[in-house]
Amino acid sequence: MSDLQVFRQETREWLEKNCPQSMRSPVIAGQGVCWGGRKWIFESEDQQLWLERMGAKGWTAPDWPTEYGGGGLAKAEHKILKEEMGRIRARSPLDSFGIWMIGPALLKFGSEELKQQHLPPIIRGEIRWCQGYSEPNAGSDLAGLQSKAVDMGDHFIANGQKVWTSYGDMADWMFCLLRTDPEAKKQMGISLMLFDMESAGVTAKPIKLISGSSPFCETFLDDVRVEKDQVVGEVNQGWTIAKYLLTHEREMIGGMGLTGAGSKTLGMIAAKTIGTTDGRLNDLFMRTDVAKWEIDAAAFAFTAERVTDEAKAGQGVGASSAMLKYYGTELNKRRFETLLKIGGSDDLIWDGEVSNNGWTARTLLRTKGNSIEGGTSEVQLNIIAKNILGLG
Amino acid sequence: MALVLNEEQQMLKESAQGFLAEHAPIAELRAQRDAGSESGYSNTLWSQMVNMGWAAILVPEEYGGLAFGHVGMAQIVEESGRTLTASPLLSTAILGVTVINLAGSEAQKTELLGAITGGELTIALAVDEKIHHDPLQIAMSAKKKGDGYLLRGEKRFVVDGGTADKLIVATRTAGNPGEMKGISLFLVDRTAPGVNVKRTQMIDGRNAAIVTFTDVDVRSDALLGEQDRGFSALSATLDAGNAHLAAELLGIAQESFHRTLQYMKERKQFGALIGSFQALQHRTAHWWSEVELCKSVVLKVMQSLDEGDVKSPALASIAKAKLCEVAELSTNEAIQIHGGIGMTDEYEIGFFIKRARPAQMLYGDYNYHANRFALISGY
Repeated sequence: MSDLQVFRQETREWLEKNCPQSMRSPVIAGQGVCWGGRKWIFESEDQQLWLERMGAKGWTAPDWPTEYGGGGLAKAEHKILKEEMGRIRARSPLDSFGIWMIGPALLKFGSEELKQQHLPPIIRGEIRWCQGYSEPNAGSDLAGLQSKAVDMGDHFIANGQKVWTSYGDMADWMFCLLRTDPEAKKQMGISLMLFDMESAGVTAKPIKLISGSSPFCETFLDDVRVEKDQVVGEVNQGWTIAKYLLTHEREMIGGMGLTGAGSKTLGMIAAKTIGTTDGRLNDLFMRTDVAKWEIDAAAFAFTAERVTDEAKAGQGVGASSAMLKYYGTELNKRRFETLLKIGGSDDLIWDGEVSNNGWTARTLLRTKGNSIEGGTSEVQLNIIAKNILGLG
Repeated sequence: MALVLNEEQQMLKESAQGFLAEHAPIAELRAQRDAGSESGYSNTLWSQMVNMGWAAILVPEEYGGLAFGHVGMAQIVEESGRTLTASPLLSTAILGVTVINLAGSEAQKTELLGAITGGELTIALAVDEKIHHDPLQIAMSAKKKGDGYLLRGEKRFVVDGGTADKLIVATRTAGNPGEMKGISLFLVDRTAPGVNVKRTQMIDGRNAAIVTFTDVDVRSDALLGEQDRGFSALSATLDAGNAHLAAELLGIAQESFHRTLQYMKERKQFGALIGSFQALQHRTAHWWSEVELCKSVVLKVMQSLDEGDVKSPALASIAKAKLCEVAELSTNEAIQIHGGIGMTDEYEIGFFIKRARPAQMLYGDYNYHANRFALISGY
């Protein structure tokens, strides 16, 4: 047996033994997701057990180095782990901006001390992170941000206001862009800093959205003390890291255009809800919308696949993350518009069982933000035009 | 399988690119058109293509072919879309080879595939009878007569029908229009008695034909495949044809995009390069994104055809539909962004729309393939 076959067998046995039965079903409509952190209330003992076991093995961050508590898996092993988890339909033990965003940035740009301090609790799901990027007057023009940190000798004092802080009220730490040199050209005077959300002067207030939920906060910083050793990379060099993180974020959000294998297709949902005659959907205009969406979605999924494969093969990157973000989010918006039309008036019911608490309508409303957050569609088109097509 | 070209496929693409740029640029198409060429293509060019082995790419090795596969062939087709190269590649080396290989007897394969590989035989596939593609509606009759058949009916949009040596004709030997069963394929000499070929020059300058069959006698060995059971081979052949038309449209989309992007970096209005205007930048960035999606669907369907995947029919329809949409976008944006010069016959950008539309319509346009994809998907 090859090493990989051994790894597969051991992984399968370990998962079989350690993944609680109730964690072996897909997360539906956000129910059952585990975000972890100091304020997290586990929805079941199994959820806690699953996180603890996976965290201890480092498999919440399978490809991070073992010295920080990560899984230390090679690409091929990571793939096997995913396949084996998929085989028993195991849930992700932890969803985390720590793992998706600040962790990779620390691995690439952070000091050894910062890695030692922050990566292990991220992996174990003990500390939940939020991102302090946008400001009331710095949305698409992010580099125009004004919240500042003043050097006080042995520490910084931060003041200002952040907005669209995802789960700011639930998070334990923030990675935050702050202006440290007001004289420099706008991209040149920004630093990326880390602080505890329980620090004096930090207030996070949830913003109620059109979807009825409040996944974002506005965060006020009033004379917040930030330690000198909590600057990621160099002072005034934060924009480079911010851009790296934005690329990450774009890829994540763009992935929304991909509907998971095994999930019901729009066509299947439409056929079940509306009915068919001679193999054709009873509403022919709807049928056209559905087919057009599915053709585009298939082409998009193949493109995500091709981009990954080209990167692996070391071939020049064709499509960019800006394109995937732009197309993926527009596609996701169209998906929910079509779903709502399929669902009809029942799906307009805001609460109650009939509409699963208005899931389709609320998600549709939430998707409107997909093409705004992480850089609007228009910003992505600017990036494509300037960086890829060379249009000045 | 990774969604990338391997080294051999990449090499073939580059060699096709070099050859076509030198021997078959758009100027060649213009010359053929202006000369009122009977075939719409240059026989010398076709001989050169045959010598390079392009007619043998889809032919299995046991019949003297290269068995290089659809991914490889698609590289040539895509490049010939960029140069708008007219040749019998589609009708003979793709459709002809595929249908003979799928339906033909040993004797037919040995004889016909050998002749195609050697450049001694060109083929035209005769399917459509009405102005919109719908192979299930085939009504042209073939009636048993003695130990042969009597063919009667009319075919249209027969690409290369004006010059091909042999026609492969889809007929009905049983059943009614709309039924799969009862379709039979026949090999008929273009010059056989009772075959009347009315050559039509299409908007792309190529030849297609309306072919009338008035009591055409054929022998039983003219039957390609089993009687009444020709539909599955025909359908698989059309899938391959549509996949390669998608590849050609991909070349057209890319080249019209590329030329327009260059123009945006040269043309000045209001004292600035038109490429500096955000109204055009966003349209162009969207257009580019669509072309990126097209590259992926075309490669996907080609790999699927090479693997004999059961998803090939669905993927062929996805690819053809998507490319119909994006080729339309590309050729329209190309003219609009070029402005007045894009409307002139002298400038080459206007040639792309004139090849794109026939390639879109041939064997089913967007609506046909979106409908087919929906039916395959159960709605």
